[in-house]
Amino acid sequence: MVKKGTWVLIRRTILEPSERAPQVPDDTKKVPLQMWIKGYLEKDAEIGEEVEVITRTGRKERGTLQEAEPYYKHDFGKFVSELQVINEQVREVLFGGDE
Amino acid sequence: MALANDYNSVMARRGEIMKKSVGIDYTKFESGSIAFDYERMMRETGYSLEEIQKIQQDVHVGNTPIIELKNITALARKCAKPGYGARIFIKDEACNPSGSFKARRAAVSIYHAKKLGFKGVVTATSGNYGAAVASQAAMAGLKCIVVQECYDSKGIGQPEIIEKARKCEALGAEVVQLSVGPELFYKFLLLLEETGYFNASLYTPFGIAGVETLGYEISMQFREKFARDPDVVVCTNAGGGNLTGTTRGLIKAGASTQVVAASVDLTGLHMASDTHFNRKSFTTGHTGFGMPFSIWPDRSDVPRSAARPMRYIDRYVTITQGSVFYMTEALASLEGLEKGPAGNTSLAAAFALAQELPEDQMIVVQETEYTGAGKHVQPQLTFAKSNGIEVFFGDPKDEVPGKNIVLPSHPSLIKVKDQDLDQMRKSLIRTAVNTYKVTPTEEDIVFLAEETKSSEEFVKQALAEL
Repeated sequence: MVKKGTWVLIRRTILEPSERAPQVPDDTKKVPLQMWIKGYLEKDAEIGEEVEVITRTGRKERGTLQEAEPYYKHDFGKFVSELQVINEQVREVLFGGDE
Repeated sequence: MALANDYNSVMARRGEIMKKSVGIDYTKFESGSIAFDYERMMRETGYSLEEIQKIQQDVHVGNTPIIELKNITALARKCAKPGYGARIFIKDEACNPSGSFKARRAAVSIYHAKKLGFKGVVTATSGNYGAAVASQAAMAGLKCIVVQECYDSKGIGQPEIIEKARKCEALGAEVVQLSVGPELFYKFLLLLEETGYFNASLYTPFGIAGVETLGYEISMQFREKFARDPDVVVCTNAGGGNLTGTTRGLIKAGASTQVVAASVDLTGLHMASDTHFNRKSFTTGHTGFGMPFSIWPDRSDVPRSAARPMRYIDRYVTITQGSVFYMTEALASLEGLEKGPAGNTSLAAAFALAQELPEDQMIVVQETEYTGAGKHVQPQLTFAKSNGIEVFFGDPKDEVPGKNIVLPSHPSLIKVKDQDLDQMRKSLIRTAVNTYKVTPTEEDIVFLAEETKSSEEFVKQALAEL
């Protein structure tokens, strides 16, 4: 149970595939236009339920409850050996060798 | 009675929503045909250079340092023929409050919104401009909504855009994230209508005038340091506002510097395609925006864009994703500077362009941006690999956007590809005629010559070829 007033992430379909703009490419036309937005939960609810939230600017938005207290998971990625090669190569070209 | 909120009804109301949310009556500048009075629009709705300097100074924007990249220049000289390899400089726009030159645009938009009495601002951008608006709105005490195209239909987000969302939220903004598609504009209009906030568009006269100080500062800083203007300024080009504003500032300073547009080559990737969305490693500064916005600037979120890059471009070059990644790493390794992707696009181009010029010439990369989680080369290459993009060393000319990223096996392989400006000029003229469906008037011909930085003869010839 996610308590009323919790900061949450919701998701909602804005346009169904049939409602998409005419200029959209075919692969995009097959999928809905979706929205993700965060806000304070209006009533106690379970993940996956239809809910309403109050956003940071005080607007009301509705959608499916995705996550309570959402946080960012992007990072600095994995070790990329190619970058180490470049980092050393440019020093070698500029300062290394017999020249 | 409540207004209908389906796609077509909302799009049909776009004109009135725009007028209310930007506070500009664009019809005043229209001729009724292709032409409109661009300079009058800039003069009557914008601010003077001096006013903008004052506005920006008050919010800690601008006056960023110029840094000479001595080791990168030395590396370029290792790759050039004897006597060649111009001195390479960067204007460190990452020093602006929000970490990019976009703070210049946002500062003026927010100032204007506040002056007009708006309680908040809405902006549609997946780029650094969102953070810039959020930052300036925070200083001004205005509410802020940023609308982003962020995820593909599976909910997988581009790491760079996710980082920008984080920054916007950190600066107090509400972030509305959408899946791929141009209908972002529909949600944007609904938000403007619902909130009555100001449209902090990237393409208003005040936004573009905000960038003029950048070009002006470059000229002044070079005159102070070297007693002359730089020979070449390279601008990363997407929507065209950076290049337009910078060049207008250079012109206001009386500089006759060559202006080169540089975009990452994403040929073959469709910008509105759900499946292509996460197959690119650059979210802006690429040909997917650079080409269409050059050829037809009025595709933006205002009736008449103040960003009209074809009026100012002397040369347009593209550079590969792998080459930009290489230069980003070289900048860290040789200069001790970690900077974000957009500025490094023009840096990679400048590295190649410097080799065409003698050693005593000076070339300026006119922006840098912040980097960090998501934006950095390492998460971008990790993301590319996880999306099945092959990453290997080789010749960048073998790079196929969306399929592979070719990291140059030697810095001497970093080359720019020149775009055919005359073809682009003809495309602009053709698009203008097709859009307005009129026989061009004498006024239109003069206008199109200005729009394409060509001549009336060129326009007449192009029209005859249609």
